Amino acid sequence: MTDHRLTRDDAAYVARLARIDLTEDELDLYAGQLAAVLDHAAEVAALDTAGVEPTAHPLPLKNVLRHDVPRPSLDRAEVLAQAPLVEDHRFQVPRILGEPA
Amino acid sequence: MTTARALAEQVRTGAVSATDVVERHLAAIDESDGAVHAFVLVLHEAARRRAAEIDSQVASGADPGPLAGVPVAVKDNLCTRGLPTTCCSKILDGWCPPYDATVVERLRAAGAIVVGKTNLDEFAMGSSTENSAFGPTHNPYAPDRVPGGSSGGSAAAVAAGLVPLALGSDTGGSIRQPAALCGVVGMKPTYGTVSRYGLIAFASSLDQIGPFSATVADAAALFEVIAGHDPLDSTSLDRPAPRSVESLGDGVEGLRVGVARQLVDGVAPDVGAGVRRAAEVLDGAGATVTECSIPELAYGLPAYYLLAPAEASSNLSRYDGVRYGLRVDGADVETMMRATRAAGFGAEVKRRIMLGTYALSAGYYDAYYGQAQKVRTLIINAFENAYRQFDVLLGATTPTTAFPIGDKVGDPMAMYLSDVCTVPSNLAGHPAISVPFGTDGDGLPIGVQVLAPALCEPLVFRVAAVLEASAPAVTEPVLAAATWAAP
Repeated sequence: MTDHRLTRDDAAYVARLARIDLTEDELDLYAGQLAAVLDHAAEVAALDTAGVEPTAHPLPLKNVLRHDVPRPSLDRAEVLAQAPLVEDHRFQVPRILGEPA
Repeated sequence: MTTARALAEQVRTGAVSATDVVERHLAAIDESDGAVHAFVLVLHEAARRRAAEIDSQVASGADPGPLAGVPVAVKDNLCTRGLPTTCCSKILDGWCPPYDATVVERLRAAGAIVVGKTNLDEFAMGSSTENSAFGPTHNPYAPDRVPGGSSGGSAAAVAAGLVPLALGSDTGGSIRQPAALCGVVGMKPTYGTVSRYGLIAFASSLDQIGPFSATVADAAALFEVIAGHDPLDSTSLDRPAPRSVESLGDGVEGLRVGVARQLVDGVAPDVGAGVRRAAEVLDGAGATVTECSIPELAYGLPAYYLLAPAEASSNLSRYDGVRYGLRVDGADVETMMRATRAAGFGAEVKRRIMLGTYALSAGYYDAYYGQAQKVRTLIINAFENAYRQFDVLLGATTPTTAFPIGDKVGDPMAMYLSDVCTVPSNLAGHPAISVPFGTDGDGLPIGVQVLAPALCEPLVFRVAAVLEASAPAVTEPVLAAATWAAP
């Protein structure tokens, strides 16, 4: 992957995956800057890691379960008070599925 | 300033009131923070109410705790119930969390008083605090220079004498690097010793909360207050936190210290000279000091700048305009989300989300993210190997002293290089501390770093205490409050 150059189209594709609207200028800027970081990462990509296990986390994690007893939870009104738009104790969002016009 | 431990003792014995202590520090903040801009929120009334409670506890004969009446500044990526918590991002402007971070509750239980929230690089992404939506913090030693980052507000608040203690978070050096640049003590604990509940996530396998202070003993005292198991954080270690204060004076006689060449070679000459002087101090105090080479440390930075953005791109997907924070209207939900994230995130956060999304995307996952995870294993193994020969490692905290504001904002890779000496400890989950050790030719603070294996915090503090005792005298910063005094 060391010869990979990040193009402006790549940047546009990644921005779509990340759900961020970027301007034309931003796409040009990020394509160049990300390529510079990936060049630096090339030395990692080039290392021989045959037989090396990946580390996802510094601790050997195991699933943690709590006891199944009722306890106070966050106050609903306090939580909903922070939402941009609320209707009938629910978060309100614009339409999600396509609807006939 | 009076140390936190001395202040707490005075408050507990009734020699001074918590109210006096808080008023003095609020006055210092009001007088000096206009020039420093360490704080994004000062909690005048909440701090006064809390001080009054502490004073009535003392009057009734109760013990308010080991940090009784001590003012503490808290990085603004730590949740404070009912009080704005912004991560210095427009996307969270005005958000008030419905709960407190565990560390904030522990501060309260110890009698400490949260006096304000401090500035940071947006979502803790940066090494200069210039990426804050609220504008940069100024280094108290040179106002035209950065305080480091991302916890630059917390470091500058302590350096200027505005508070004796502060909390920060360290994902790739965000406590130690600003501590070094501001001439204060900053420590990143072992991953899992301090609960991350209520710390707004950046890169969850690397993030850890830790203390800032003017003295090593105060950092150890604050660490003891915030450390320990928390059932609300599934990565919290279910074991008692290591006690560090009682062994602070045990010295370094017989300790094996490795000076890691990869943490010294290539740093600015004055910084390298500082590390060598620190090595001589430890040698003179009875430690066996040897130079060593750990070549794998050189891969820490490129591995970090794949792993941390990858985790961030996932963690920051929650800012979508639905449940909290900013919303920019759109005809359908996806248009709304894309517009919200475009308007709410700053340039560096967008850059990291892009980088992380790319490293995780189909076709590149194995070459970048998967490979970086394997390199993380190589670094952990290399540390393990080194710690067969050495009890602790010594190196620089940062490659340079504080750089001018604006110097690196146009060149992300140059900014990222600021973290080269600090990221290995995050990748390994190990503790490390930065201790002030003199200044460079321009009078800018130098930090030296002590690294140790997991859960060896007592050792880290002991070595730091020896270095502190022999460090060149500290000068008063240009932007110092009347409360400032040499440690």
